[in-house]
Amino acid sequence: MKIVTTTMSTAIAAGVVLTVGALAADQTRIQQGHEVFNKWCAPCHSAGPGNPGTTALETLYQGGKPGALEQRNDLTPETVEYFVRNGVSIMPFFRKTEISDVELEALAEYLARPLPK
Amino acid sequence: MKTPPGVSATDFAAALGQFEAAVGKEWVFTSDEDVALYRDAYSPFWGEPEERVAAAAVAPGSVEQVQAVVRAANRYKIPLYPISTGRNLGYGGSAPNYSGSVVLDLKRMNRVLEVNERSAYALVEPGVSYFDLYRYIQEQGLRLMVDVPDPGWGGVMGNALDRGGGYTTHQFRNHFDAHCGMEIVLADGEILRTGMGAMPGSKTWQQYKSGFGPWVDGIFSQSNFGVVTKMGFWLMPEPDAYLTGVVLVPRHDDLIPLIDILNYLESSRVCQGISELSSPVMGLPAADDAPPVSPELAALIVKAVERDTRGLDEFAARKGRAAWSCTLKFYGPAKALQAQWEFAKDKFAQIRGSTFVDGALIKLPLSAEQKEKAHKVEFGIPNLSIFSLGARNANNPTPTNGHQWFSPIIPRSGEDVFEANRVFAQAGREYGLPVPPFSLPFCFWERSFLFLFGFPVTHDVEKNKKTRAAFTQLVRIAADHGWGEYRTAPAYQDLIMSTYSFNNHALLRFLERLKDAVDPHGILSAGRYGIWPKHLREGRQ
Repeated sequence: MKIVTTTMSTAIAAGVVLTVGALAADQTRIQQGHEVFNKWCAPCHSAGPGNPGTTALETLYQGGKPGALEQRNDLTPETVEYFVRNGVSIMPFFRKTEISDVELEALAEYLARPLPK
Repeated sequence: MKTPPGVSATDFAAALGQFEAAVGKEWVFTSDEDVALYRDAYSPFWGEPEERVAAAAVAPGSVEQVQAVVRAANRYKIPLYPISTGRNLGYGGSAPNYSGSVVLDLKRMNRVLEVNERSAYALVEPGVSYFDLYRYIQEQGLRLMVDVPDPGWGGVMGNALDRGGGYTTHQFRNHFDAHCGMEIVLADGEILRTGMGAMPGSKTWQQYKSGFGPWVDGIFSQSNFGVVTKMGFWLMPEPDAYLTGVVLVPRHDDLIPLIDILNYLESSRVCQGISELSSPVMGLPAADDAPPVSPELAALIVKAVERDTRGLDEFAARKGRAAWSCTLKFYGPAKALQAQWEFAKDKFAQIRGSTFVDGALIKLPLSAEQKEKAHKVEFGIPNLSIFSLGARNANNPTPTNGHQWFSPIIPRSGEDVFEANRVFAQAGREYGLPVPPFSLPFCFWERSFLFLFGFPVTHDVEKNKKTRAAFTQLVRIAADHGWGEYRTAPAYQDLIMSTYSFNNHALLRFLERLKDAVDPHGILSAGRYGIWPKHLREGRQ
C-alpha cells in the first residue's frame, strides 16, 4: 500500500510539474505572440484613434465588437491565421519571411487567449 | 508548381536544389500557397492572366548565400527578382515584372550593421525596415533622426532604390540622394562596392559619396543591374527645435508669387522642411469628415480651373477665406528658426493682403505625449496611419483592395499648377477617372512639384481594366505636356519608360546595352523599369 501511495504521490507530483511546465510554455508563446503583434500588427490595430485597422473594424462592427484586436474575445487562431495569410480590403497578406509559421501560431494564440475578466 | 518560362523542368529542379543547398530547405518556397504570398496585393491585374506572379521564392540570410543563389541562377538561366522588404505597395509590392521569376526575398537580411552617431550615418542590409532602424536608434539612445516615408513599413534600402521620399529636410527627403555607398552582388555572383567602398580598408565608405572615377550608384536604382546587399545612409542629427509658420494669400492667382517666393526660401535653405500647400476656400486638402462641396463652390472651382477666377475670388472674399495657404517647416537652432520665419514673412508680405499665423516652437527631443500627437513623419517616426485614407471609415464604408499611383513631376510654378490642373481635370472628365476638381502639388522634391493621383485597385476585373486604360491615357497626356512620372508599378513601367524617348529612345537603348553587358543571361529583374534583357526584347518593340 505504501508503495502504491508513493507511486501515486510521485505521479501527482510529476503531473504538477508537467502542468506548470506546460503553463510556462504557453506563457512564453503568448509573450512571443504579443511581440509579433507589437512588431507587425500594432501600427494599424492598436487601440485608440489614428490606427487604420482599428477604425476600419469599428466602422464595420458599429459597436457590436471592439475595433481593437487585443480587446476581442471572439477571435480563433484560425481566423487570425487566415487574415495574416490572405489579407482583407487594403490590408495585404504577410510572407513567411516576415511572419513565420511559428510566429503566426504564437500570434494567433495571443489574440485568441481568454481575456482577463 | 510553375516553371520559369524557357527553363526546363530538369534545370529548374537542379537550380532549386542548389538554392536549397545554399539557404536551407525551409527558405525555398515552391508550394502554391507559399508562392501566392509573393503576389502584389495591389496589382492592377489582380486575378487576370496578365497578373505578374512568381514561380518560386528563395530567401538568403547572408551576402554569401545571395552569391550562391545568383551563381546557380546564372548557371541555369533562372530569372530572379530581388525584393528587400516587399512592401512597395502601390508601386509593385513583392511581385516580379516578369511572370515566372523566382523572387529573391532579402527580408531575412535584416541587420542594422552600423549606426554612427558622431558622423551621423547608418549602414543597413536590405531587410531593415524604417521601423527596425527607428527602434534601433531609440533603443541605443542615439540623437539621430531617420527620414521616413509614409507609410513607414517598407525597407530603408528598397525605398531609396525605388527613389522614394520622406518628410524632413531637403538633404534627407530624397532617400536615394541621402545614400552613401553600396555593396552589390552582380549577376555572375561577384561583389562590387561603390564610392569609397571600392578601396579595401577604406575609412570613409559612408562619409564621401562618389569615390573615384565614374559614380555608378545611380544605375542600381530603379533598375536591374545587380542585387544591392548593403547601403549606407546619411542621417540627420536631431535638431534643436522645429517650427511651423503659415502664410495665407487672398486671390487665386496669388499662387504664382506665393510659389516663387517659396522656391526662393527653400532653395536658399531659409526653410528646410517639406512645405505644404492648401486652399482654405476650396477646402483642400479635404479632411476625411469634410462636408461635400456646395454646388455653387463646385461650379466656381471648375471655372477657376479654366482660368476664370473672378467668381472664386469674390466667393473667397465674401466668405472671408484665403485662396491659398502655405505651411513652412523649419528645423534647426530655436533662435535661428524664429529669425528665418521672420525673414520669410518679410518676403511673403510683398503679396498684397497676405497674412500670417505663427506656429508654436517645439524643442526636441519630443516627449512621449508629443510623439503621440505629432505629425510623426515630420519627426522621423515611422507609422502606418496614412492607411486611414484607404481603409474603411465612416466616409469610406466600402473600401477598395488597394491603390495605384499616377505621379507626374511638374515644374514648381503657379502657372504650371494651373495648367496641370486644367489638363488633368479635363482628362478625368473625358476618361471617367476620379481626378479631383483641383489637385494640390506636393513639395517632396527640391526643385519640382509632385502630383499624386491615387486610383483604386479592386478585385473587379472590368473596373481594373477601365482604370488601367485611363491611367495609360493620363501618362500619354502628361508626356505630351512634358510631365513625366518619377516612379510606377511594374504594370506601367514599359509604358512610362517609352515616354522618356528623346532621340529615338537613346536612354533605354543605352540601358539595354548596359544590361546585356553586365547580365548577359538576363537573370536579374527582367523588365524592371522597362529594361528587358536581349532574349526577351525581341518582339516587344
